[in-house]
Parts: sequence; C-alpha cells; structure tokens
Amino acid sequence: MNRMKSNAPHPTVRTTLTPGFLGTLSLTLALLLPLMLTAPAARAAARTKPLTVGFAQVGAESAWRTAETESIKGEASKRGITLKFSDAQGKQENQIKAVRGFIAQGVDAIILAPVVETGWEPVLRDAKRARIPVVLVDRGIKVSDDSLFATLIASDFIAEGRMAAEWLSRKLNGKGNIVELQGTPGAAPAIDRKKGFEAGIASAPGLKIIASQSGDFRRATGKEVMEALLKKHGTEIQAVYAHNDDMAIGAIQAIEESGRKPGSEVVVVSIDGVRGAFESMVAGKLNCTVECNPLLGPLAYDAVEKAVAGEKLPRKTVVPDRVYEQSTARASIGSRQY
Amino acid sequence: MKDDPTLPRQPRLRAWFPGGSLLWPLAGLGALLLFNLVFATGFFRLELRDGHVYGTLVDILNQGSKAMLLSIGMTLVIASGGVDLSVGSLMAISGAVAATAVAKGTVPFGAAVGAALAAGGFAGLCNGFLVAVVRIQPIVATLILMVAGRGIAMLLTDGQIVTFEHPAFVFLGNGHLAGLPFTLFLVLLSLGATALVMRRTAAGLFLESVGDNERAAALCGISGTRVKLWVYAFSGLCAALAGLVATSNVKAADSSRVGEMMELDAIFAVVVGGTSLTGGRFTLLGSLIGAILIQTLTTTLYNLGLEPAIAPVPKAIVVVGVCLLQSSRFRGELSGWLRSRRAAA
Repeated sequence: MNRMKSNAPHPTVRTTLTPGFLGTLSLTLALLLPLMLTAPAARAAARTKPLTVGFAQVGAESAWRTAETESIKGEASKRGITLKFSDAQGKQENQIKAVRGFIAQGVDAIILAPVVETGWEPVLRDAKRARIPVVLVDRGIKVSDDSLFATLIASDFIAEGRMAAEWLSRKLNGKGNIVELQGTPGAAPAIDRKKGFEAGIASAPGLKIIASQSGDFRRATGKEVMEALLKKHGTEIQAVYAHNDDMAIGAIQAIEESGRKPGSEVVVVSIDGVRGAFESMVAGKLNCTVECNPLLGPLAYDAVEKAVAGEKLPRKTVVPDRVYEQSTARASIGSRQY
Repeated sequence: MKDDPTLPRQPRLRAWFPGGSLLWPLAGLGALLLFNLVFATGFFRLELRDGHVYGTLVDILNQGSKAMLLSIGMTLVIASGGVDLSVGSLMAISGAVAATAVAKGTVPFGAAVGAALAAGGFAGLCNGFLVAVVRIQPIVATLILMVAGRGIAMLLTDGQIVTFEHPAFVFLGNGHLAGLPFTLFLVLLSLGATALVMRRTAAGLFLESVGDNERAAALCGISGTRVKLWVYAFSGLCAALAGLVATSNVKAADSSRVGEMMELDAIFAVVVGGTSLTGGRFTLLGSLIGAILIQTLTTTLYNLGLEPAIAPVPKAIVVVGVCLLQSSRFRGELSGWLRSRRAAA
C-alpha cells in the first residue's frame, strides 16, 4: 500500500495516524507561533515530544536504494521518530516539492537524498529560513553557501572509484583495455566514481578506458550499451568497470551472449555490493564489487538529533566502504542484509 | 471501399499497409544508416556466432522489438483519436506478474505468460472503459495507470528486483530461431495478425471512421465506445507482450525501471511513421519503421562514443528533423524557399 501511495503523480507525504496524532497536531499548532520567535537551541530544549522528520527519497530504482529506504524507515520506528516519507520517482522537481511540503508542515528536520548535484539552493534557503536542519544522505550537492545543509552522510564515491581501479590494476597487472559503464549523467556517484577511477588508473599507463557510455544505473540499459560496445570493440575489451552492480549484471549477460566468458576472459568490476552482485560473484561471473553501504539510518538520525539540538556537525561523515572479491563472496553472502 | 474495382490496383504491400506515405520515415532511417556506413566502422558487419547472426543490425532489431510491439498497439489507439500513456507501466505489471509466477516455480510457464497477458489486456480494458464509457480525456485516463501501474508492479514484486533462470522465459527475449532473434518473429507475428484483422476485415475501417469523426461514424451505426474499448485493451495486450520481452531480456523483473519512458518512444514511433495524432488513417508498417528508427538512433549514439551527457542533443535534432520532414507544410515552405533562392541566383 505504501508503495502505491508513494507512486502518486506528486510526491505524497505519508503521516502515520496514531491515536495521539490529533493531539500532537493541536499541540504543534499551539506551539508553532512562539516557537518561530525563539532560537533553535531554546526550541530543542523545550521539546519533550518525539521528533518528526521528513525523508525525501530519490525513488526505488535499485535494490541498494530499497535497502537504504528500509534502513531509514526501520531506524525511525526504532527511535520513536515520526517519519514522513516521500518517493520522488527519480525526479528532482518531485523532491523539491516534497521538501517544500515538509517545510510547510513544520517538520523538525529533513533528510534528503538528492537525485542530482545542482539546483537545490532556493528550496534549501527556504528550509534554512524556517530553521529546519537538512541532513543530506548518500549524495553531495553543489551550493554556494555551505550552511544550507547540516551535514552530508555518504560514502566517498571518489574513494570507491579509486578502490575499483586499484583492484583492477592489480588484477590486470597494470595493462588492458577497459569499458566504463557510467551512471546517470549529472548524478554525484556517476561523476565521482568516474573521477576516482580515472585517478586510480593514472598510475598504470597500460590501463586505458577505450569507451565510456551511460547505462543509466539500469540493468537493461547496461546490457544494451554493452551489446553495442562489444560489436564495436570486440575482443579488444579486457575489462568492464560499471558504476553500479545492476549495470554490471546487464553487461555480464551481454558478454555471455557474445560468446565470451565474463569473470575470466572479460574482468568485471562494479560498485555497490547488492545481493545480485554477490550471487554473480559466487557464479564466477563478476570479479569484484566495492561495497557502498546503504544502511545509513542510524548515522542519519544521530546527525538529525544533534542538528536539532543545535550542535555543530562536521561537513561530511564518511561511511566506510570495502572491497569484496569472488574468494570472499561465498562466505559473506549469507550475512548480507540487502 | 479499398477493394473498389474502379480504383487502380494498388501494389500488394500497399493494400495491406495503407495510410500515410512511408517515404519520410524510410528516408530518415536511410539517412541514419548512411551516416553509420560512412562514420561507424563495422556497423553493418554480420557474422555467424554460436549458430546465430551476430552484429549491430541484429541488436537494433532485438532491442527495438519492445518499442515495435508497443507501437503496434499505440498505432491503433492513436488512430482512434486517443493516446495511451500507460504502456510503460503495463510492461512493468506484465513483467512482474510473469516473473513472480515463474520464480515461485509452481506455476506452468504457459499459465504465467497467460496471466501476464491477461493482466495487460485487463488493464488496457480499464483504460478503454475510462476513455470510451466514462469519457475522460485519453491523456488523463491513461495517466492514471501510468502512475499507479508502476506502483501495482512494485507491490507484486515487493519493491525488489525478481530474478529467474526459467529456460522458456529466458528464450522469449534472448532466444534465436533460424539464427535470428526470436523477438523478431514475435514482432512480425503480431504485426501480421494485426494487419490481417485491420485490413482484411472491416475493423480497420471502423477504427479509422471513429478516429476521423466519431459522430459521423455513430450515424453510420459504428459504436465508437466499442471500438475504443477494444483498441485500448489491445494496446494493453501489446504492452504486456513487450513487458515479457523486456523482462526476459535481463532475466529480471525490475518493476521500477522496466518500460520507463517507453510510452514516449512508442508515440514517437507512431508519429514518425506517418500516423496523425488527430486520429483517423493509420499505418502499422510506418510505426514499425519509426520504432526501428529510434533504436537505430540510440545504438548509433552508443557507437559514436559521444559523451553521455550530450547524447540527448543529437537525438533531439534527428527527431525534430524527421518530424519536420513529415510535415507537408514544412516541405512546401522549404521547396518554395529553395525555388525562390534559385530564382534569385
């Protein structure tokens, strides 16, 4: 049901109607006027009721994203936080509407997983004016004024790209032709994973990216692009670097259909570490995945609670990532949460 | 009317696929292929690998099969004076139905496919009901399922990507028959059957008359309501088939992404093919060529190695170019301008 609602044309904001909801609502209304006049610190001190947090999610485009949503939803109910959830179906305008909606409803804090890097200033300025801290998760944004958001909780995509490059460089002994499957153009992980990877292979002049196309973070597009590139470059391709696991899985199918063996004849490296990637590694088709941990719930609410209490937060909290290879995949597949 | 003995006999193919001129979509496709012949090495290379034909051209037909299937249904809907925006989401529903059934392993494959097609057909019938009976504007009526349909698909798959390895299902989108992709035969079969019903029975005539002038058709005793109901149901069926192919293609039902924006590809294919958005006369073959044109364009851009961020620009230029060529007004203006220049020189 939630999913159906969350797929409404405009991002709908879901509020849990607890018995005490109406009471909370009237209390909020009564408190709203004086609160607007007091400093945020005093406002936090006066609070005894549970926090209300709005979460503007990108969508449910991949297993990784679903795991992140589950983590943020689950942690909210664990901490007794009222969560208003919005699914933007991959569109920035929907996310902006959702954030505006959260501001209008006077939430205590907003968690935003920005779909693209730019275009956030006006709405974040509105949030700042309403004194609602915004915690960014998993993707960074470009703004002229850093105080527009409280903190960013994310994996270091550049580091992920570099880790993938370093692993590939070792695997190929620093020599080979690589095809890169980029994510959605303009998205922070696509930009940074490309940047990090390029930096990572710079030390090995024998490694060359012979083609780089966008697979839109999708399985089907990853396969389609890989089919086209296999026709063009054929056996020149020694390795595939995909910005996410789904595209790598699509590419693996295309490689198999071309009659070559992914995992041995063509080395495949990707990022994210979703279940499908582990299954592919166990099957010997994917060589390596750099985990990008989506279980951001606990970190996000730690930041929210601190921000609401008026504490100063670091600009960025880095979620630690690690590399999984075929040899370790079988042992760890059972313990994966997503 | 078409078999009027006083009219000059048309060539056979034209009699089966009448409608607008196929010249312009074919010219667009030809230009694109010519471009690839000059600038892309190996674009036309075909070889036999593992007993089937392997090459970029085969990829175009295989990857384009989804848009082709959609465009068959979309042509009829547009001919009726409507439009179906829900096809992309219906693809997701059909894929989700079939994949969840197959993944369970207890349902026979035929039943899974039947259920998926039935789901698509029923959803299409719902669209038809809203348009024909409730008389909601087609854009609005089909927008409902475009949005809600994806939600239904996500509900079926529990928001997860459902993977499967069922051999028959995998064959549907990846298998080969006589060395060619099976999807090609699926498209030709659907096209042939549709053309047969539309052109060898009165159905096509009914549809064109309803699309052209529903009132006049009603005065002739043709029920616009009934025609539209069936046309939307058929579009849903085509979408379900396309959804099965797309799902089989990646061996996974990816409810949130499969068929995304495909409704626009299908509409584009139909319009470029020479069927007017105002309804009336339609050309199934033109739509098919339009669908091949889009896929050729997409594949060409991958092949060129353009920076992905700017790839939409050349795509838009070609789309605008072909649409302008379609317009007889534009062609008239252009030739008039050329003539006046020549006269001036």
